[in-house]
Formats: sequence, structure tokens, C-alpha cells
Amino acid sequence: MSDDPIVQMTGIRKDFTGVRALDGVDFTLRPGEIHAVMGENGAGKSTLIKVLTGVHHPDAGEILLDGRPVRFHSPGAAQAAGISTVYQEVNLTDNLSVAENLFAGREPRLGPFINFRAMRRKAKALLDDIGIDLNVAAPLSSYSIAMQQLVAIARAVDIEAKVLILDEPTSSLDRDEVAVLLGVMRRLAENGTAMVFISHFLDQVYEICDRMTVLRNGQLVGEWATADLPENALIGHMLGREAATLEQIERTAAAHHVEDEAPLVQATGLGRKGSIAPYDLEVRRGEVVGLAGLLGSGRTETVRLIAGADRADSGSLVFDGEATGFHNPRTASARGIAYCPENRKTEGLVGDLTVAENMILAMQASRGWARSIPVARRDKLVAEFIEKLDIRPANPDMPVKNLSGGNQQKVLLARWMLIEPKLLILDEPTRGIDVGAKADIQKLVAELSADGMSVLFVSAELDEVTRLSDRIAVLRDRELIAVLEAEADMTTEKIVDTIVAGGHGNE
Amino acid sequence: MSSYAKRLMWPVLVLVALIVINVSVTGFDFIVPHVNDGRLSGAFVNILRRSAPLLLIALGMTLVIATKGIDLSVGAVYAIGAAIACQMIIDAPDQSAAGLIFSAIALALVVTAVIGAWNGTMVAYFGIQPIVATLILMIAGRGIAQLVTGGQIPKVEDSSPFTQLGRGELFTVPLPIVIAVLMLVALALLTRRTALGMLLESVGGNPEASRLAGIRAKGITVLVYLVCGLCAGLAGLIGAANLGSADANNGGLWIELDAILAVVIGGTALLGGRFYLLGTAIGVVIIGTLEDTIINVGLSSQWQFTAKAIVVFVVALLQSPEFRGWILKPFKRRPAAPAPAKEVAAK
Repeated sequence: MSDDPIVQMTGIRKDFTGVRALDGVDFTLRPGEIHAVMGENGAGKSTLIKVLTGVHHPDAGEILLDGRPVRFHSPGAAQAAGISTVYQEVNLTDNLSVAENLFAGREPRLGPFINFRAMRRKAKALLDDIGIDLNVAAPLSSYSIAMQQLVAIARAVDIEAKVLILDEPTSSLDRDEVAVLLGVMRRLAENGTAMVFISHFLDQVYEICDRMTVLRNGQLVGEWATADLPENALIGHMLGREAATLEQIERTAAAHHVEDEAPLVQATGLGRKGSIAPYDLEVRRGEVVGLAGLLGSGRTETVRLIAGADRADSGSLVFDGEATGFHNPRTASARGIAYCPENRKTEGLVGDLTVAENMILAMQASRGWARSIPVARRDKLVAEFIEKLDIRPANPDMPVKNLSGGNQQKVLLARWMLIEPKLLILDEPTRGIDVGAKADIQKLVAELSADGMSVLFVSAELDEVTRLSDRIAVLRDRELIAVLEAEADMTTEKIVDTIVAGGHGNE
Repeated sequence: MSSYAKRLMWPVLVLVALIVINVSVTGFDFIVPHVNDGRLSGAFVNILRRSAPLLLIALGMTLVIATKGIDLSVGAVYAIGAAIACQMIIDAPDQSAAGLIFSAIALALVVTAVIGAWNGTMVAYFGIQPIVATLILMIAGRGIAQLVTGGQIPKVEDSSPFTQLGRGELFTVPLPIVIAVLMLVALALLTRRTALGMLLESVGGNPEASRLAGIRAKGITVLVYLVCGLCAGLAGLIGAANLGSADANNGGLWIELDAILAVVIGGTALLGGRFYLLGTAIGVVIIGTLEDTIINVGLSSQWQFTAKAIVVFVVALLQSPEFRGWILKPFKRRPAAPAPAKEVAAK
């Protein structure tokens, strides 16, 4: 395994409009090794992979494949050079047979005709090779996602992949299926295939990988042999403990609470099968409750139940002294619950509508279509919030899709601040936005809570959660494992320790 | 507002070009109307009068398409509206009774509105894809119309005031034009003076974001399909009144395709979101004018479909940002100049 590297990326830089996704990242892959790329959302994992597979072109840096510099102009070019990718969603054709999928585009032929007999024979041999036994004549859709995944891998390997990239291949598999997949990966590694493994399941990473490269905020944190990097150190590296580069936010934590007052939110045994285990959570008035945990730990799922975005199938939720049965986003917003979802573009904003229209959407929705907000009032409100949140450019009639990430996030915030909610749920409000907007949003959260608004704050950045929260709910493996009081001596290390300890508690 | 004007620019230019072609061949009589026997007439007025049913249907279709939907059943609903009104009138002893005419029209409109609401319910509440949900009634609708008319073509007496709906005029302006323009104004007010238009565009532009913002997307969806059904029914009434009969098999045949065409020419994307009622109206007039243009320039009527296809092709190309970028490329300044400045700002 100490051979010359098969892939060597050095100083890779990639900019998207206004955001530096990768900044001088190095990555080395050796033959026959399984190498994990670790990092939270927005750390640059997928950008790095996309640069390697020719989806994106690096703005700076060099890629060596087998010691020779390469520049891929398309995913097809990367594939032809021996770099194949298997994604989380299987990129095959459901209604064709297993054999047809394996050989699509390169079928064995007899003159102008496909030689189905030879194709089935070769398919059988190929699958035997990696140790799985399927009826190759059956349609792909008759097999589980896991098996389809393996077929995709078999196909990639057979197209002489020297490098195989597995992007979250296990996220929809159950335990036994994962074991089969990892077994196949080991066998491929023995045959000399180099693999890049991306997964947010730490136990799988520790089980299968030889080395890991950790990224954070588009920068390389480092590369370690798996044995040299204990789990808590890895989590620490992924989440970061960046010094307070943002301006310190004055928090008089919990000073404004009336202790004996009934909590605003009281969730008891609230849960949803397959998404988040039943949990208890209280949010008091004027309190900021942070949700911390790794990607996929169930942070988003937790708040979506309270927001009515997903329907809980167990437990109860009392909001503002009132039991809320099954509720949906509309009834939630009528009760004073505002939810800024994690994914601004797909779940938050309507890209073609203007800044002003996006801002008044929730308010207008609560009034119904017939009662339009008077133009004068609307213009005044919109102008007020554009100024208050410093949205740039300050043009209410610009389609919101033309704004930068930070300004889009502010538009989304303004939408909900307009209806003056009692509870504001912010899911990753500062992800992928520039430092200035980040500081603005953090300051805003502090101000709103000082004014008595309760905030549920989800963030992958522990620093941010620690700084802003009165209490911190810690999640791991789709379970709420602890609620920590944020005392003055609260540190990110304590949260990391809780996450690690919670994992051991489950074993 | 400027984006609105930009959207309308290409359809307007195409329409102007068509009109110029006609004027150059047949003279200004083509466009300038004159009053004859107390009624406005002229080639262009005739085009508008003939286009009125299509305009009504295309307006409803615009709203449906704004929600990312489509309504294929409008042609069949046209036939149903026509069949109900005509059958009810010929079944009555006195075909000129005002009460009868009004109730026939009302019944036809109520039934077609209910059909529209049914389409909307299937889309919004049962989650059926719009093209499938409305395909059902596209096929079944003509059957229903046949059942209403008993397989015959009901012919209303020419003396019945019902025929005025298609043949009459108000202050010299043909009634179909008046009705279609009133509908255009009414829908424009309904969508742009209330918040309905914005909510429609929101639902069509991003359904999930709209749901999370608390918009009642289902109710709004049913409403626009209802309006679309109602418009189709009204178009059927005008068509039947003009002919004095209701043909269950051929009334409004393929009108759904012309309506979709008009919507697209008018600048509303089939992907949903932003919609342009005025653009649709221009699209309808383009389609209507085209038919006359073919005759006027001396082509045989066999050219009609081909010419229509060519115009659609041209409008679609003009609306495609890729094509415009490609064709305008040689005239553009090289965009390399401002890029470095941006780079500095980002740092």
C-alpha cells in the first residue's frame, strides 16, 4: 500500500459566485486503499469529489492520475480515465435486467444483434467475482436498493475503474446490507482498486477505511491513518473549534426567563418512525435552544416535527399552553411557529418571485388569497426589513434567485419575522454564507430572543451553537441523547464528549 | 414591470410582423375596422371574433399552467357546455323565452365549473398527475356530451336569442369579443388585485416552499381548474351560439392544443411559476391572424398547419435564452472585462 499514489490532488481551489468552496486542498489516494473524506455539510467534500470526477473544473491546483497531470472536462472523460462514481441514488435503469444494466452501452454483440446469452454469462461471472449471487435475467427493480447499489459497483469495477468513489452508498441500507457492501469493498481493495468512501456513519468509516482526509469550511484539516485518529479527535476536527473570529455576542444567558412560567414548547415522546426516535424537549419563552450533532443525527428531523413540516406518529406537543394535534405548516404558522428550512433554494424561497414577494409570502398565506396586503403597507414592511437586515442589493423587485446565499437567508428570515412568531425555528441558517451575513444572523438571533422570542437553532457548527444557546440538545444516530445547560464554562469539547459518550452508551 | 415588458416584446413583434404582412398584401382595410349595418366589421375584427372562444380557454389554461399543471379536457368541456345549453333549449316549447335561455346558460356554466373543480380535486387531493387527470375527461367528456345530446346534433332555431351570444353585438362590437375581453379583465383583476396571482406563482414555482410557508396550495389548485372549466364551458356556449348547434364530436376539437400553444407563445413557461395573461391574449391573436395570413399571401389552406408550426418554432426560439445568447454572441462585448473586478471584491 506504500506504492506511488494513484491520485494526487494538490492545492485545489474552487470558487462559486462569492463562496470559496475549496481552498488549497490536497488529497492523495493510493492503490488498494479505502480512503474516507470526512467533513460536515458545506465542508467541501462533494465539491472535491466533483472536481476529481470532472463535474467541476478547479480554479487552481493540479490533479495527477498515475503520476500524469490530467484535466477532466466532463464526467465522461474522468470515467474513461478510470474514475467511476457510485452515488447514493442508484443511477441505473430499473426496468432493465441486471445483466442489461451491467452491460448497457457495451453489450456483447453478434453482428448487429445483442448476444444475450453471452451477456448473461458474463454478468454472472462478474457478480460471482465480487461475491454476490443474483438472477441476472431478473429486472433490476426486483432487487433491494442494496443489491442495486452492488450492481452499480460491479458495473463501475468492470469498466476498469482504477478509482471508485462511493458517495454515501450506505445511507439507505440496513445493517446486513451494509455488511455485504463493506465485504465487497474489501474484496475490491484486495484486487487493488482504490476507493474513496464518503459516509456520515462513523462506525462504518472506522470499520472499513485505511485513511481519512478531513475537510472543514473548504480547507484541509489533515490526513490521518484511521488507527491514529480516535473518534473524538475526528469529530473535533470535523466540527472545528475555530477561535471566535466573529464578533462576540453578548448573551445574558437565561437572565430574562421567568422560571416558573409554563414552557412555550413542550414535546413529550414526539417522534416519527424512520426519521427521529421519540424525544422530550422543552423550550421556554425567550430561550435559544441549540441542536447539535453530526450530519444525519436527526437535528433537522427533530425540528420538522415541531414545525409541522413532517407529521409526528407518536407523542404529543403542547405549544403555548395548547395541545396541538397533528399540525401542518399552515396551522403551525397560525399558532406562531415559524420554520426556516435547511435548504433555502428547494424548501425556502421561490426563486422566480421577487424579494418583496418572497418576504410577504407567509403573511399573505395566513391572510388567504382574497385579502391582499395593501400595496402601501407591503412596500413599507418590505423596505423596513430590507434596511433592518441589511439586504443587498436593496431592491425589492429583484428575483430572489439572483441574490447571494446570505441575502437569500435574510429574505427568508424577514418572511417569518413579518408574522411576529412566538417560536422561530432556524435550520442551518448560516450554512454556506459569508462571514458578514453570518455575524448579522447570529446577532439577530440574540436580539430576537432578548425581545422574548423563543428560538430553536440547528447548526453544524458547534462554536455557533455554544455561543448562542441557553440550552443545547445533543443528537446522535437519530436520537436526542442529552440536553445540556449552557453554563458560562460551556465548551465545544463538552458537546463532542457528549456525542462520543452517547455513541458508546448505545453499544 | 420591465421583465413583464420584456416577456411580451417577442410575441408583440411577431404579431406586428404578421399584421404588416397582411396590410402589405391587402391594404389597410385589413386592420382598420368599419361600421357596417350597425356592426363593427373588417378582417381583423373577424379574426378577433373567431378567436374569442380560444382566448377564453387559453386564459383558463394560463392559470392552470402557472401551477405547473395542464388541462387537456378543455375541448371536451367545451363540447359539454355547448351540448347542455343547446339540448335544454331545443327540448323547451318556446326557444326564445328569456328565462329558458338564462337557465340553459347557467346550467351549462355550473356543470362545466363542477367538471373543472373535479379535475382540480384529482390533481390537488388525489395527487394524480395533471396530464393524466385531465386526459380522463378529455376522452370521457365527449362521451358525456354525446349522452346529453342523445347522439344527435341539436340545432337551435335562428330566431332564439341564444344565438346572439355568438352572433350579436354590444355597441357595434361583436359580443364574443366583449365577453372574452371582459374575462381577460376579470381574471387580470382577480389575480393581480388580490394575492391569488402571487400565490399561484409561488405554488407553481416551488410547491414545497409554498407548503412550508403555509399556503393553501390545494384549495388554490382546485380554484384554478374550476376557472379553467368555466372558461371552457363559456367558450363552448359562444361557439354553439355562433353555429346555432352543438356538435359533441367536433365542437372545440383540438382546441386544447391551440390553447397551450397560445399560452407558450405568450411567454408563460410550462414549468409553472410566472404567468402572463396579456401574453396569452397576444398568442391567441397571433394564432388567429396566422390563418388569415396564409390565405392572404396566396398560399393554399393546406399550408395552415405547417405555417403554424413555423411560427411556433420561431417564437420558441426567440424566447429561448440559449438561442438568443447564441445569436447575439457576435454583437456582444467580450464579458471578460468585468470579471477580474469581481474577483477582487470577493476577497
